[in-house]
Amino acid sequence: MNYDDIINPVVRDMPPSGIRKFFDLASEMKDCISLGVGEPDFVTPWYIRDSAIKSIIAGKTQYTSNAGLLELREMISKYLSDRFSLCYNPKSEIIVTVGASEAIDMALRTFVKPGEEVLVPDPSYVSYQPNVSLVGGVPVPVATSAEHEFRLTPEALEAAITPKSKAIIMPYPNNPTGAIMEKEDLEKIIPIIKKHNLIVISDEIYAELTYGGGKHCSIGAFEGMKERTVLISGFSKAFAMTGWRVGFVCAPAEVMKQMYKIHQYTIMCASTASQYGAYTALKGGFEDNFSAVEEMREAYDTRRKFLVKEFNAMGLECFEPKGAFYVFPCVKSLGMTGAEFAEKLLYSQKVAVVPGSAFGKSGEYFVRCSYAYSLQALKKACDKIRAFIQTLKQQ
Amino acid sequence: MTANQKKILDLLKNDARYTASQIADMLCMEVVDVEKTIEEFERDGVIVKYSAIVNDDEFFGDGVQALIEVKVNPMKEKGYDEIAEYVEQFAEVKNLYLMSGAYDLAIFIEGKNLKEVARFVSEKLSCINQVQAVSTHFILKKYKIEGVALDRQKKERLIIQP
Repeated sequence: MNYDDIINPVVRDMPPSGIRKFFDLASEMKDCISLGVGEPDFVTPWYIRDSAIKSIIAGKTQYTSNAGLLELREMISKYLSDRFSLCYNPKSEIIVTVGASEAIDMALRTFVKPGEEVLVPDPSYVSYQPNVSLVGGVPVPVATSAEHEFRLTPEALEAAITPKSKAIIMPYPNNPTGAIMEKEDLEKIIPIIKKHNLIVISDEIYAELTYGGGKHCSIGAFEGMKERTVLISGFSKAFAMTGWRVGFVCAPAEVMKQMYKIHQYTIMCASTASQYGAYTALKGGFEDNFSAVEEMREAYDTRRKFLVKEFNAMGLECFEPKGAFYVFPCVKSLGMTGAEFAEKLLYSQKVAVVPGSAFGKSGEYFVRCSYAYSLQALKKACDKIRAFIQTLKQQ
Repeated sequence: MTANQKKILDLLKNDARYTASQIADMLCMEVVDVEKTIEEFERDGVIVKYSAIVNDDEFFGDGVQALIEVKVNPMKEKGYDEIAEYVEQFAEVKNLYLMSGAYDLAIFIEGKNLKEVARFVSEKLSCINQVQAVSTHFILKKYKIEGVALDRQKKERLIIQP
């Protein structure tokens, strides 16, 4: 059978993730030290695991309502209000999703018509652009640069907008760069977003992981922005719950009415046990002022400072990222691209980092290093990277 | 103790090989201040010594380790200290603690073989006048030492993920 003619060309022509090839290389290597992972190294706190187990023992094994357990939605509403000054009605403006990934897909499907353009800061998480293509939209990368700490500038945004622009994805704190958007940064781009009547799909999955004092600033909290914002977040990064696949999406009630249909017909509801776990994550968080989250955040912060200094000391320019758990050093000074660097490093020292180009063109001369690893592992990796750079310089 | 002093100790407890400059980077401190703090800890006996944590199951061969619970009659005016000071001089004794509960002293002991531990108990420990009762428990297997789980089969995360 000639599947080429049968498969949907949108899927057929979609390039595989740039990470894939590299993953295959690294997987075959024994005793590889990896800084390539995008998930916390912590295990989900025990009280959360325990509550999910108990929900199963208690026989809570049926579907929940499509939008998710009401008590969980109420908790999410309180959480967003307390920690990020956002106001969402638990009954009509929040849906519990299968991770933030489902929410991204749903948001795009709800708004984007074939041929419409969706602006995606570049570099960004690998799924946005393919997701836009899958709904028939056209992804338009908006370049960001180390010079501006990979923040989205009003100039770059304005330059990328055309009459076809429909929405913008706001992925901050950012994977892979660790960039954040502070209040002043958002204030500069909001007038442009309003002027061009763009919908904002704000993926704030790393919202709990910001460093250096400032708390994450949510774009939906600005005046007049809630009506055009779809807020996406979840439990994976803040509570170390990646494998649970539980997130949430928030939008004004009228938007939700539409989005709800997609969720209802494709997913039914998020996993019940995961929802009980998520409920406990927030409930326990309110009881002890989110100490488990804070403990992990502090550990990340120590590693972050360590890595930034180490890379700069090696001569790889590395701006200080203030969010997520990635540093994004530049390797251009070595006369190679991030992909060349990553491949050579893997072969010569068995250390895996991810080429920045996997996340977009603006990442070409960078590599993403995750610090979701123990300090010992980071130290060992840095020693090897330093040795690698030494050998390069001697050649 | 200040927050930074505690953080320095936490880091060193986790990995004694951090240099002062690495610690300074991680805690946003000056290197000289880190060095000074560590020196003070060493001087004051807060940091006792630096050593590697060894999983001797892998290497120790026929060696044995045991926990000995000892019930003693405290001495008039001197309590438990004098007995403890007597016990601690034996090289076999690795750790020695005064405990609350059913017994008084906990001794962690290492010997080349079972006989050596037995000899320590029968010839050294039981001969102390104040010792009332001794109960020896041999360690059969270690699952976690100094906060590190030893299970090698632990599920690893994927090497690369988006």
